[in-house]
Amino acid sequence: MSDKVKFKIDGKECEADQGLNLVEAAKQNGIYIPTLCHLEGVKAAGSCRICNVKINGRFMTACTTPVSDGMEVENSTEDIKELRKIIVETLFVSGNHYCPACEKSGSCELQALGYRFTMLVPRFPYAFEPKEVDAKSTKLYIDRNRCVLCKRCVRSIKTKDGKSIFAVKGRGHNAMINIDHELAAQMTDEEATAAMDTCPVGSILKKERGYFTPIGRRKYDKKPIGSDIEESVTI
Amino acid sequence: MSKPIVATTSLAGCFGCHMSLLDIDERILDLIELVEFNKSPVDDIKEFTKMCDIGIIEGGCCNSENVHVLKDFRKNCKILVSLGECAIMGGLPAMRNNIPIEECLQEAYLNGPSTKGHNPDGIMPNDEELPILLNKVYPCHEVVKIDYYLPGCPPRADLIWNALVALVTGDEMKLPYEVVKFD
Repeated sequence: MSDKVKFKIDGKECEADQGLNLVEAAKQNGIYIPTLCHLEGVKAAGSCRICNVKINGRFMTACTTPVSDGMEVENSTEDIKELRKIIVETLFVSGNHYCPACEKSGSCELQALGYRFTMLVPRFPYAFEPKEVDAKSTKLYIDRNRCVLCKRCVRSIKTKDGKSIFAVKGRGHNAMINIDHELAAQMTDEEATAAMDTCPVGSILKKERGYFTPIGRRKYDKKPIGSDIEESVTI
Repeated sequence: MSKPIVATTSLAGCFGCHMSLLDIDERILDLIELVEFNKSPVDDIKEFTKMCDIGIIEGGCCNSENVHVLKDFRKNCKILVSLGECAIMGGLPAMRNNIPIEECLQEAYLNGPSTKGHNPDGIMPNDEELPILLNKVYPCHEVVKIDYYLPGCPPRADLIWNALVALVTGDEMKLPYEVVKFD
């Protein structure tokens, strides 16, 4: 048994295993810290910054921070919520997110964060930058208009012998996700579906399977993202 | 006290947002009691006849006529509301924003499946009576100041109803989770 540590989130006494990252530690205590690039069980990247919290007065990403004894965490203050909303708005204007036409709409984590923060309109001008769609693979296609470069696919989708199927090409403003067509062609239908589900937005999609779940029964139609965590612990 | 006056228009939209307004069902009778309509496709009044309190804009700006109408609304309405994804972010018409305009026109009038081979002279609409296409489709708030935003494709009828009642009565607007959607 690893050692338990005590810490506080927004004044609430919490307890978790030492060294566990703060997102998971908060989850065990029924507290939702919003994430986008984080994927449970995969090495944290800290790239989207949605999980920004204040730890002992300083901004840090919760997904990359191991919990330690006596930590004082601010998670739901008005300024942190506003900061997260700004990040979501930035992502909406920097990509081309046409929600009404997107296969992932209703089950998209970026959209769900927009709902959670009641984003009615982004405060920044839309970039409308041209992005390429790569539909050469037989099972999957990548729509980079919707990609938020969270790198979940790069970090977690591998072949059985550990080769990456997705990789980042270019740097900074030119960075984009590329797919290895040869390796992607060898994926099973289940693996392709899992890849689509790994993508938080509608960037990686399985071919021949659009608009599968009817409106009203999709993941975030009725309840905000994170509400399952908040309802999991009753005190 | 006279009733607040509402005007509505559909710019580069599909009229789906107006259909959703009608989706308030029998509450439309309450709406008639609450407000008076001026320029709007609902009553077919073509030009503003007086200053309006609320202007509801569906659709973004894809051509010079849209910009003209939107500026006219800004001049004649105290409050402007962007209704729906197209007004807020350009929506589906804005999918052309990443395609050069020449390519769009060629696809529509020369090379598209329904025009290929049927337009041997390569004629494209180009008359001074016709509005000029803009270089891209603009969200309304990038053309004039917009005061409120109601997202959705279309915005749910309850969202439109809640917003109108809040604007007319001055009460705080209700935004339940189920009605604020982007699709």
